[in-house]
Amino acid sequence: MTQLALVIDLNVCVGCHACVTSCKEWNTSGQAGPMSDFNPYGADPTGTFFNRVQTFEVGEFPNTETVHFPKSCLHCEEPPCVPVCPTGASYKRKEDGIVLVDYDKCIGCKYCSWACPYGAREIDEKQKVMKKCTLCVDRIYDTNLPEIDRKPACVKACPTSARLFGDVHDPDSEVSKAIRESGGYQLMPEWGTQPANHYLPRRKTQLRIHEDELVRADNPLKIEGRLPKPAMTEPSLDDVTSW
Amino acid sequence: MHPAFSVIFLTTLIGVGQGLFLALFTVESYAAFGLLPAQDSRFYALGSAVALGFLVAGLIASFFHLGRPERAWRSAAKWRTSWLSREVIVLPAFMGTVFLYGAAHCTGFNPVLAQLPSGAPINVTAMLGVAGTVLSFALFVCTGMIYACLRFLQEWHTPLTVINYILLGGASGFVLATALSALVAPGVTGFFGGWAMILTVLAFVGRIASLLRNARLRPKSTLRTAIGVKHPRIVQKAQGAMGGSFNTREFFHGRPAFFLRQVKWLFLLLAFAVPMGLLAGGTTAGSGVLLLTAFAVQYLGLLAERWFFFAQANHPQNLYYQAVS
Amino acid sequence: MPAPSAPIQEVKKTTCYMCACRCGIRVHLVDGQVRYIDGNPEHPLNQGVICAKGSSGIMKQYSPARLTKPLLRKPGSERGAGEFEPISWEQAFSILSERLAKIRATDPKKFAIFTGRDQMQALTGLFARQFGTPNYAAHGGFCSVNMAAGMIYTIGGSFWEFGGPDLDRAKLFVMIGTAEDHHSNPMKIALSKFKRNGGRFVSINPVRTGYSAIADEWVPIRPGSDGALLLAIIHEIIAQGLYDRDFLVRYTNAGQLVNLDEKSDEFGMFLRTEVPEEEGCFDPQNKLWWDRASNKPVITHTEGCDPFLLGEFRLADGTPVKPSFQLLQERVKDYTPEWAEGLTGIPAATIKRLAYEMGVTARDQKIELPIAWTDSWGKDHDTVTGNPVAFHAMRGLAAHSNGFHTIRALAILMSLLGTIDRPGGFRHKAPFPRPIPPCAKTPNTPLAVKPNSVLDGMALGWPAEPDDLFVDDSGNPVRIDKAFSWEYPLSVHGLMHNVITNAWRGDPYRIDTLLIFMANMAWNSTMNTAEVRKMLNDKDEQGEYRIPFIAVCDAFQSEMTAFADLVLPDTTYLERHDVMSMLDRPISEFDGPVDSVRIPVLAPTGECKPFQEVLIELGTRLKLPAFTTKEGARKYRDYPDFIVNYETEPGSGIGFLAGWRGKGGEKFMRGEPNPRQWEMYAANNCVYHHELPRSYQYMRNWNQGYLDWSQRSRITRYAEPILIHLYSEVLQKFRLAAQGKGITRKPPEHLKQRIETYFDPLPFYFDPLEVQATDTHKYPLAAVTQRPMAMYHSWDSQNAWLRQIHAHNYLFVNARTARLAGIEDGDWIWVESQWGKVRCMARHSEAVEPGTVWTWNAIGKAAGAWNLTPDANESRLGFLLNHVISEELPDGGRRISNSDPITGQAAWYDVRVRISKVSPGETAETSPQFAPLHPYPGQEERKSLWAYMKGAVK
Repeated sequence: MTQLALVIDLNVCVGCHACVTSCKEWNTSGQAGPMSDFNPYGADPTGTFFNRVQTFEVGEFPNTETVHFPKSCLHCEEPPCVPVCPTGASYKRKEDGIVLVDYDKCIGCKYCSWACPYGAREIDEKQKVMKKCTLCVDRIYDTNLPEIDRKPACVKACPTSARLFGDVHDPDSEVSKAIRESGGYQLMPEWGTQPANHYLPRRKTQLRIHEDELVRADNPLKIEGRLPKPAMTEPSLDDVTSW
Repeated sequence: MHPAFSVIFLTTLIGVGQGLFLALFTVESYAAFGLLPAQDSRFYALGSAVALGFLVAGLIASFFHLGRPERAWRSAAKWRTSWLSREVIVLPAFMGTVFLYGAAHCTGFNPVLAQLPSGAPINVTAMLGVAGTVLSFALFVCTGMIYACLRFLQEWHTPLTVINYILLGGASGFVLATALSALVAPGVTGFFGGWAMILTVLAFVGRIASLLRNARLRPKSTLRTAIGVKHPRIVQKAQGAMGGSFNTREFFHGRPAFFLRQVKWLFLLLAFAVPMGLLAGGTTAGSGVLLLTAFAVQYLGLLAERWFFFAQANHPQNLYYQAVS
Repeated sequence: MPAPSAPIQEVKKTTCYMCACRCGIRVHLVDGQVRYIDGNPEHPLNQGVICAKGSSGIMKQYSPARLTKPLLRKPGSERGAGEFEPISWEQAFSILSERLAKIRATDPKKFAIFTGRDQMQALTGLFARQFGTPNYAAHGGFCSVNMAAGMIYTIGGSFWEFGGPDLDRAKLFVMIGTAEDHHSNPMKIALSKFKRNGGRFVSINPVRTGYSAIADEWVPIRPGSDGALLLAIIHEIIAQGLYDRDFLVRYTNAGQLVNLDEKSDEFGMFLRTEVPEEEGCFDPQNKLWWDRASNKPVITHTEGCDPFLLGEFRLADGTPVKPSFQLLQERVKDYTPEWAEGLTGIPAATIKRLAYEMGVTARDQKIELPIAWTDSWGKDHDTVTGNPVAFHAMRGLAAHSNGFHTIRALAILMSLLGTIDRPGGFRHKAPFPRPIPPCAKTPNTPLAVKPNSVLDGMALGWPAEPDDLFVDDSGNPVRIDKAFSWEYPLSVHGLMHNVITNAWRGDPYRIDTLLIFMANMAWNSTMNTAEVRKMLNDKDEQGEYRIPFIAVCDAFQSEMTAFADLVLPDTTYLERHDVMSMLDRPISEFDGPVDSVRIPVLAPTGECKPFQEVLIELGTRLKLPAFTTKEGARKYRDYPDFIVNYETEPGSGIGFLAGWRGKGGEKFMRGEPNPRQWEMYAANNCVYHHELPRSYQYMRNWNQGYLDWSQRSRITRYAEPILIHLYSEVLQKFRLAAQGKGITRKPPEHLKQRIETYFDPLPFYFDPLEVQATDTHKYPLAAVTQRPMAMYHSWDSQNAWLRQIHAHNYLFVNARTARLAGIEDGDWIWVESQWGKVRCMARHSEAVEPGTVWTWNAIGKAAGAWNLTPDANESRLGFLLNHVISEELPDGGRRISNSDPITGQAAWYDVRVRISKVSPGETAETSPQFAPLHPYPGQEERKSLWAYMKGAVK
């Protein structure tokens, strides 16, 4: 059974927010749109976004890591937002595991958002229905688009290709491989929601210089006579002893 | 969580309605077994009307919670999985039963349907009363379970949530019943008053138990599990939006901890201590005014209690919404 | 299955302009409106990706901050109040052309045209020159001119448009002082590939944000001390013998002998065998080595000879000489890691380790590509060697008054490691490398400015010696910004940041008309913002404005537009033609020249007109020779027509676009105008990419094949090798002049010492000028800005989506530093320098060096500007650091620009501040505040609910 998901590589995410606005841009005029904004030019502007990039500081100076952390619906395998929905508007697709909202059925009771530990759902203040990441379901199967474009907008946009997209149930997929080989993990595993989206941790490349790598026969200083032979006349042991 | 007034009013109002109905039918049952003098059916009719009034008011309040109230009918669809859906079914069923119960009493249409071996008659109102009682409890369970079933809202995820909904609703209903009886059926004021006090004490115990439990809760989710970085010191700097978002509006009460403590003491006082005194005085004196005051104070206390109930619940999503910059 | 969205009806390709990166985009249209903008996968620059800004182009296009009508300041209203009445374009053109015609007929330099982060400097520069005014520059002087000048004067190329790190092959990548907006998407693409390939990424920066966040190691450094770090690393590289000797010998001036006869007029200059005429435009191969085998001086690159790099020698005539590398070694002798630790805050052990990592990686992980090539001395090479250590640097190094020398040190370090135009190191992009310095020169006399005449020379150029300065006989500047004067001799991008102050003061002279294009000089693009705003509105004793007429062309209602007498509404990037020209800053790749275009996808909004059309119209009305026929008639129908048909000289075959030239589009770089050139660009992703043969892709400073090709293509005039200037004779020439030696011009008395000090032929460390003039006990903290990746300077606060990400800004303070000052997270504080103060909110951070505070640049706005409501976060909670930065420093009794003394680079990051908690009861609002602006005529209403949707099935 297919489970589509995103794998987000924190090792290369620079926090540029490309995924945030490319998502909004595609979806506001898409099947999930419009994604409204209140006070867009006034105090405390606020709007519907399916994806946000957050920033965390880990550790204390100077051992600080700045972690940029994109977050959207994780398309849980056991989505707690689905069973609580009284109308069935919130559902998980059998064919590909995408958790979706049927905007025609949603009554805007927000209960699903309470049932999501990740804060992945929000009410659209204009349409008054719950919305969230659809994995661009209106792109990925659209045969009018060239194959290369049948990806979620955020994945296509991401300049560091920190967002991988694919079937996490297919062991041969790029995403499964990344999860397996790069330590992919789920958020808040304590709730048993089994998020389909995974995150890849930071990985460090170190370089160790051996002392003897600094002392080499081909050291160019030798050519300059900077590691000079002492003059024949300089004192030596030969001057003082004969053993 | 952000306490929404629609839900605060919904749960407290229907709680009163449910409790009041239970009080009415308790008296009728006692009377059926001769443990209490039979009451005028107008008392039941009036009581049912009042209960129904509270239920309708609660229902109306609930619509304010919906983004698309015109589609509310759809919410009965998922009763197999959703406690909210179940509540949506049980609430009107219960309201219908209360209506029929009141109507039967009002019209006097109360034929005996069967007899118990003891000879006690089983008439229409008894049947409706039993049905209403079951539905009332079912509604309490549904309402409580809406919150109790959310396992990562740890403050709510406990049987105490359901128990307290029953006890608080029951208490408020019995207090109202006491006040009503003082006005129209003084004979049972003492009976209602006694139960009202017992339920208020039980509710107090239940609520204290949940406060004590919640005070000792350790959040299961931390920033470490939330972002998957294993480090003791993680501090959020930005949440991706500076002007606020649904996440900051829906899940935060936006008040300082001090305010929360004030509300806690307020509701302990208003929902339990003050009404107890007024109940004792009112019942003894048979004073409808004192008893109505007891109900009003307790209801205000329950509004504060419900505000606190929501505000105290700390949603794990809040871990992601701590700071902007 | 949810219904798919309405089918896209049309996809048009063009080039993004949400920042200066110039990615290829596809604009998807429904009903003629923008449905979606994504990256063009066929574009060489961004390969299909797009950033947050690019993805928010729709909100720029439909922003209520857009200007839609030409506007004239209401009579009697103050500049800055933003009171305008709409006029027609015809009125606007006649006002301007009448005024400019008078100026041109009397004194053309009374007209000054300065432009912001535009991408049409070739055209604006042409216009200025044709007009005859020397007073033209773009924003480079206050951006990163030190980066351009420091590197071009050293290796003949620079970062970003003209070169960059080859992360495809690098193993170690060191990023130092890099703003996240520079070369943004290509850098992100390359960084992630680099990291995934197992490369090691070290970031040296006072702050850990953006790119630094994913570094394998973050090395926090105190602002302004980068030079000390780099010199200490050079010290260590030389001390350990970790330099690439073969590279230095053959490809740099390391082995060239310097005359050390202090009495000689040639002191500090290389010894020469002969001096050809054109010297100054290229580096003749007429210098000497001291041959190791024969122990005699020989002409450099003599076959079979190998020079000493270290040592001291005496010529037959007794002249003492040393190889320049010896002088470098002496220079860095005392620049030990221990010395640098005290300045940089980086432990000496870390500095040594960094040096070893660089040196050992460069030496032991060599790349050999099987690419045969021939060097400038005729030697055939079977392979191209690479030492895989790459660097990238930007404004963090540049925006200090010691930045030029810091960047020279960086370029020298890169050269010592043997990484210039080699795989895994630094790679050039056409039209670079260029001779050191490049040939273009300004006039060197005020006589070049004549009424009704074209300026006799370029407005901007690359001085090679004092005689190239643009000064009068007494050494006074000719340009309003004093560029190319003795104050800032190598100010190759001008000093836009001093134009308003100079014009206001009348020093060096008053001007009449200031035309500003797309630069927010009344806000974030100026230092000392509050005072500069007053200057813009100031009148003299006669009641005449000190700057009599200000015209501003912009697409948006910036703070600057409010100060204009005449506002010209520009189009957005989706509504215009543009060229990213080889004559300006193209988008070349490492493998060859690339230029590109914008082609409009939408009709202009309202009465908006592209600035290029304005220039061409004005040029035509003023009868400037380039824009009119001999008879004075209109030569170009419009800008697209100009681009196709303009040639630098009649029949030169060189125009703005290099691709599809020749009658049928069969030529490139050079060829007759092709009437179908635009169509050919349109059919090819708006890009022309010429991939060089592999043998021309590396070692281009000394690659004869490439240099010949470059000469044939008329990219350069000379095909001489471009030796790296470890030791800079150009600088020494100025120092000699200051010392009274030689036959060149001499600096005025009061600048002699300045020139002598700072024109050191070898890099040296000095505290930034402002720090030297600051009581650092009173003002202990360095204050800098960083550029967020989701905003480009001040451009995006009018963007409904982007401003939700950065609605206001905090001052980030190291938590320990803050607590010592009694400041808690989120507190309101005062930030005070010796020049001014701002009130803002503090945010504790562990990702900033304790001696540094920082904030996001240009998020704070003036109330009502950019058509935001006056209570918007940007003006109430956001702040601008510029208020605490001065555009000038006291210099004896005079005032001098707060800039690098060599290049005039604005020293944004030199300011020192102190912070303190506000008094109880102070307003929770940033300070200073300014009277709110109101919407201008022709501006759309600000919506309170914005639900953008185009073409979806609903």
